[in-house]
Amino acid sequence: MAGRSEIVVRFAGEGGQGVVTAAEMMARAASGVGFHALTFATFPSQIIGGPTWTQARISRSPVLAPGDSVDILVAFNAAAYEEHRVDVRDGGVILIDPSITPDPNDPGHRCITVPFDELAKQTGESRAANMVVMGGLSRLVNMPVQYFKEFVSTRFAGREGVVEANHMALDLGLAHLAEEAPVSDLGEPDPPTYKQLFIKGNDAVSLGAMHAGVEFYMGYPISPATPILIYMERNLVGPGRFAYQATSEVESITSVLGASFAGKKAMTATSGPGFTLMGEGIGLGWMAELPCVIVNVQRGGPATGLPTKTEQSDLLSALSPAHGDSRLPVIAPGTVEECFYATVAAFNWAERAQCPVILLSEHTLAERAQNIPKPDLAATPVENRVTYQGKNGYLRYDARELSPMPLPGGPGAYTANGSEHDSYGDTTHLPARHVQMTERRFGKLKLLEDGTFESERKAAKIAIMPWGGSKGSVREAYDMLREEGMDIGWNYTMYLNPLPPKLLEELLSKDLVIVPELNYQGQFASVLRSLRVNAEAITQYTGLPFKAGQLAQRIRSMIAAAPKATAKQAVKV
Amino acid sequence: MSANNPEYDFTWCPGCGDFGVRRALEFAMGEWNAKYETPMANNVVVAGIGCSGNLVHLLEGDQPYGFHGIHGRSLPIALGVKMARPELNVVTVAGDGDFLGIGAEHIGPQAARNLNVCAVIMDNSVYGLTKGQASPTTAQGAVTNSTPYGKLETPIDPLELYLTLGVTYIASSYSVKPRDLAKLIFDGMEHPGFSIVHVQSPCTTYNDTFEVLKGNKKKGIDPTAWTIPDDHDPSDRAQARAIIEQGGVPLGVIYKDETRASFDAGADDIRERASHKDVATLLAAYDL
Repeated sequence: MAGRSEIVVRFAGEGGQGVVTAAEMMARAASGVGFHALTFATFPSQIIGGPTWTQARISRSPVLAPGDSVDILVAFNAAAYEEHRVDVRDGGVILIDPSITPDPNDPGHRCITVPFDELAKQTGESRAANMVVMGGLSRLVNMPVQYFKEFVSTRFAGREGVVEANHMALDLGLAHLAEEAPVSDLGEPDPPTYKQLFIKGNDAVSLGAMHAGVEFYMGYPISPATPILIYMERNLVGPGRFAYQATSEVESITSVLGASFAGKKAMTATSGPGFTLMGEGIGLGWMAELPCVIVNVQRGGPATGLPTKTEQSDLLSALSPAHGDSRLPVIAPGTVEECFYATVAAFNWAERAQCPVILLSEHTLAERAQNIPKPDLAATPVENRVTYQGKNGYLRYDARELSPMPLPGGPGAYTANGSEHDSYGDTTHLPARHVQMTERRFGKLKLLEDGTFESERKAAKIAIMPWGGSKGSVREAYDMLREEGMDIGWNYTMYLNPLPPKLLEELLSKDLVIVPELNYQGQFASVLRSLRVNAEAITQYTGLPFKAGQLAQRIRSMIAAAPKATAKQAVKV
Repeated sequence: MSANNPEYDFTWCPGCGDFGVRRALEFAMGEWNAKYETPMANNVVVAGIGCSGNLVHLLEGDQPYGFHGIHGRSLPIALGVKMARPELNVVTVAGDGDFLGIGAEHIGPQAARNLNVCAVIMDNSVYGLTKGQASPTTAQGAVTNSTPYGKLETPIDPLELYLTLGVTYIASSYSVKPRDLAKLIFDGMEHPGFSIVHVQSPCTTYNDTFEVLKGNKKKGIDPTAWTIPDDHDPSDRAQARAIIEQGGVPLGVIYKDETRASFDAGADDIRERASHKDVATLLAAYDL
């Protein structure tokens, strides 16, 4: 397959063997020299050990998804070899430790033994086994070993011994595979002309929050949202700022509301179980009209579920995390880059409408490391709360419209109240007040109808519309089907509630809107149907992302099974 | 805010102990404002759910900021307010059900942090607003709405709990004398750390303990309330424990530890030590 412009390398073994860092290192080194790269990681919920695998996809053009078929598998143990070799394409290569006996009846793959640990020991740095692998891979993917050496020199700058040992490990790995034919020829990279970051989804969320001006953060450790807590504790420092670890998600959300009441831009991040615990508090935020951002980095559920796997099954609870009449604004980024902008947008929405906003991320995005265009801060506006500056005796909850927010210490003292209240914030049971205040709270959603969206081939009667982190895989499936000439359109937005009105209008004009999503119920499709869109879900609930090829086949089947007029239209070129 | 708001329709029962606590809190906030020359708007009253929580709507005169949240969460809401704006005087008001039942999980962490807020607890040993169910401080064997065959659990001793958890200011009182109670609340506000003023505030409808607290010589009832002697040293933990173990309702400051730094002082210390970077610098850490 010489000339292939991309390569997928999978690393599989046990947690603690460097499997996670291997894919990231490979992607980082490749991006560093101008390729596009993206990683995928899935691991068990334990500190050391357990089957872990990661994947790096490297290409000369931007990549959207982890990649379906594996070109090279690096198997660190026998179990990994057995489990993952079925995913390696014909003609692909498997690198194994000499302790593993390859299956002699596996002629489709080229199996190469590499004594990773033994070679690493020769460098005097036993932890350099990863670099032995990288050295070998540099040969197989035809990427000059120099690329990796530069990466090592940068990463371990100032630690001469480590750099030297790792360079030697790279050379040993390369020498070991010197006679092997490359699996792919990536060719020369075509470096983007714009500035780039290499970053994971969770970090992009944290940076988005920083740009939006977050001042207060409380969070409780939970996979896969913990990196946001760690980032905030390290970096949300300085005058007027506060970040700390909470003792529960109940404490997180209620302290965030307290800080918001006191005038701060406040945020917390969690995953499904913590999000459920926050439900009552989020309802309080909706009721008392307190701006804040709640990040839910989804994992498999319910209950403890699949803590380290991906799923898109919290959409319905994100829309309605609390009891009673409420419908929270929800923004769900679909790429690492969107993680940044979605977080800024979430803060802007929260401050504008004075209510909690849910940012719905997910495990794949959180753990995905990728090269992205560097955000242009100057071109990303930040909105601030309108505060009250008048006199005391203020009607904070004016029934007619959104009103400026008084802050403690300043004029307009009121009571932020989780009970139904009158304009002062005092508890009331009058039917007319509940009507007024309910309509006031829902009416504010109108202020949030400025979401952007993607629309391609508007005239097509069948549209593919993913949401969240499935965007990349679905886009690849869409591109495959378009290449076949299928008459389908593309719609996408990260603004799930409220949906951009123009987008909804467009969806209502379709015969069929196909929504691939990672949950059993087809949650987003059901939401769209409640808006009278003729939406059908394609679901998957394995804890893993979609594979583009399989998904394309399921879309073909769904269209073929659709009412004849619709199906005919679609296959007409 | 009821005075200027006829629409507000909640009232306490005649004779409710919470009236006295409200007055005491008004006195204490007034004294605070006078001493520090701050406006009433610098005070934030975070209320729990129940009869006691309605205090925030029933304050008279100059109005502080109020936050009437959800059941059991007055402390973490107060944590948010205080850590966001340490210059504010943050007080929580809650009952025994709210604070010691559903909200008990929040006392320990705030004690460990020495969160600089003053919690005023109105203990009537009953869930009054829901019409008379057993609370954590209801006596064992008591027949209530929710314990028709008698309460099985032993009551918790809140003062012992606070001392064990490391609360750095513990005072005990009753709602009978608002001026005296106001002094304890003001002292709690002044304390640089987590202070709890635990107040016996009888429920005249479901559990009227006024007579038991004050005693009645004619009926031969000895008062359960007793004044802590002047020679008590609140900084001495052993003495504090001895006071609590004497039982009844001690009146006065039981324990006061002024040696521990408050949570906001700790946060200030972090602000001194950590280097604050602007967003451009933070972004640059990920530059390719």
